[in-house]
Amino acid sequence: MLSSILSSLPQVLIDGLALGAIYAVVALGYTMVYGILELINFAHGEVFMTGAFVGTATLFIFDDAGFLSSAPGWIVYFLVILISMIITGLLGVLIERIAYRPLRRAPKLISLISAIGVSFVLQDLIRFIAELITGNYIVSGISLFRGTFELGTSSLSSTFNDSFVKNNTFIIIGVAILLMLALDLFVNRTKWGVAMRAVAQDRETASLMSINVNKVIVLTFFIGSALGGATGVLFAQQYGTIDPYIGYILGLKAFTAAVLGGIGNIRGAMFGGLAIGLLEMFASANLGLITHGNFGSEYKDVFAFAILILVLIFKPEGLFGRAVKEKV
Amino acid sequence: MSLLEMKQVQAYYGGIHALKGIDLAVEEGEIVSLIGSNGAGKSTTLKAICGQVKTKGTISFAGKEIQAQPPHATALSGIAHVPEGRRIFPKLTVKENLEMGAFSVRDKKVIRERIERAFAHFPRLKERYHQQGGTMSGGEQQMLAIARAMMMKPRILLLDEPSMGLAPVMVDQIFEIIEELNREGTTILLVEQNAYQALQIASRGYVIQTGEIIMQDSARALLHSELVKEAYLA
Repeated sequence: MLSSILSSLPQVLIDGLALGAIYAVVALGYTMVYGILELINFAHGEVFMTGAFVGTATLFIFDDAGFLSSAPGWIVYFLVILISMIITGLLGVLIERIAYRPLRRAPKLISLISAIGVSFVLQDLIRFIAELITGNYIVSGISLFRGTFELGTSSLSSTFNDSFVKNNTFIIIGVAILLMLALDLFVNRTKWGVAMRAVAQDRETASLMSINVNKVIVLTFFIGSALGGATGVLFAQQYGTIDPYIGYILGLKAFTAAVLGGIGNIRGAMFGGLAIGLLEMFASANLGLITHGNFGSEYKDVFAFAILILVLIFKPEGLFGRAVKEKV
Repeated sequence: MSLLEMKQVQAYYGGIHALKGIDLAVEEGEIVSLIGSNGAGKSTTLKAICGQVKTKGTISFAGKEIQAQPPHATALSGIAHVPEGRRIFPKLTVKENLEMGAFSVRDKKVIRERIERAFAHFPRLKERYHQQGGTMSGGEQQMLAIARAMMMKPRILLLDEPSMGLAPVMVDQIFEIIEELNREGTTILLVEQNAYQALQIASRGYVIQTGEIIMQDSARALLHSELVKEAYLA
């Protein structure tokens, strides 16, 4: 048993890293908004889903225009991600404006309900549009980098098998790392990034520094949502088929990743995403083996949520968060 | 025309009628102290100026009415506020805290110069430059809060209880710095429970009680007034 777990390990690690990268980037959206508004933006999973649909639609449009055959794949990929980021970024800003800002002084629970409402609206809206245009809400898109790559991991050690990796997996890992690095630089090195942290720590005092708090909040929603949208494109490219409900479970898992890392903590969310992705992939590959076939890979989702419960019970501030003392 | 003028300013704060018609003026170049006991409305007065509480009445600064402005716009017009309890950004470094004070300044060279000037006033901040604000002592945090406010080169500096919770030596140091900043041209409105020291460095003073100004005079006269002596200097 151990040898077969070991032999698939390189494959599990690479696939888990890609899945974790997706969770991590989506988790950033949850954690950034929470950091600033102490609001769990449950519509974020749907922003991710919208990104997947926008990306897929953009590719269809490019295809109709004959752009796909003339331009190199990576340029198309880049453009699709960029367009999707802009549109989902604006969507995030719109959600904040309509659903959260009017409720900013209301109890937190009210905003949370509003967020869940936005989720449903987006699911149905996208479903409606998709059905209107394609006749079906389950959409199969165009894959840009279809091939698979054989990674000679068996040459590292004889215990490993070779791994077969979709080309898109490398793109996911690469793009996710780029996005995370860019965000980390932005938040730590630029004036508006530092202002974002300042607003997260003390909104009232930040406004005394002539920081326009509403602008910072809008910026936070834009960036967080754009990251979600970009991940949606990566996801659609990886799995080929999307539907309006893909954001639900994925959003919850990304949220779990954010909680695991300490919600509000950006680097924590990155770590949490990778950890959950790796664990889930490991479970999915080996669960049947370990339990002698009693539990199959369909139980993989249990792990993310078991982690959520354990973290909330034993370390609610997350791995990298600091316990907040309630001010009296 | 006064630099800062409040006319019949009323404010409600948490359901309490916190200010019941405040009239107050600060002239350019002055140090004015606003003294009063806990809960008299001192902090609310400063918050009203900054636009942090909703008010009735007029507040004008440099000839412009500012009572309807959001706080960030008021800050932009040249009013810096060092809030009660210092409120530095605990997880930003000293450097980042100072940079946030100069948020409206675009020129990096100007920011650099002002940081140098902050170091001249507060050499301790230079030693702590890359340290997180929250890890410093109370006195150092107060220095940082004042230095941060000065980064925007304000025309008026509002100070809310800068001596609170500090050791006596540190309190003296903070009051010295306030005088120094004033000599360099910054107008100061100082809110204090420590009435004696506040009046000693001020030119004029106001006494506030349950949301109303009950006395105003030169600082020297207030220091010798029976009422002030009894109520605040005992």
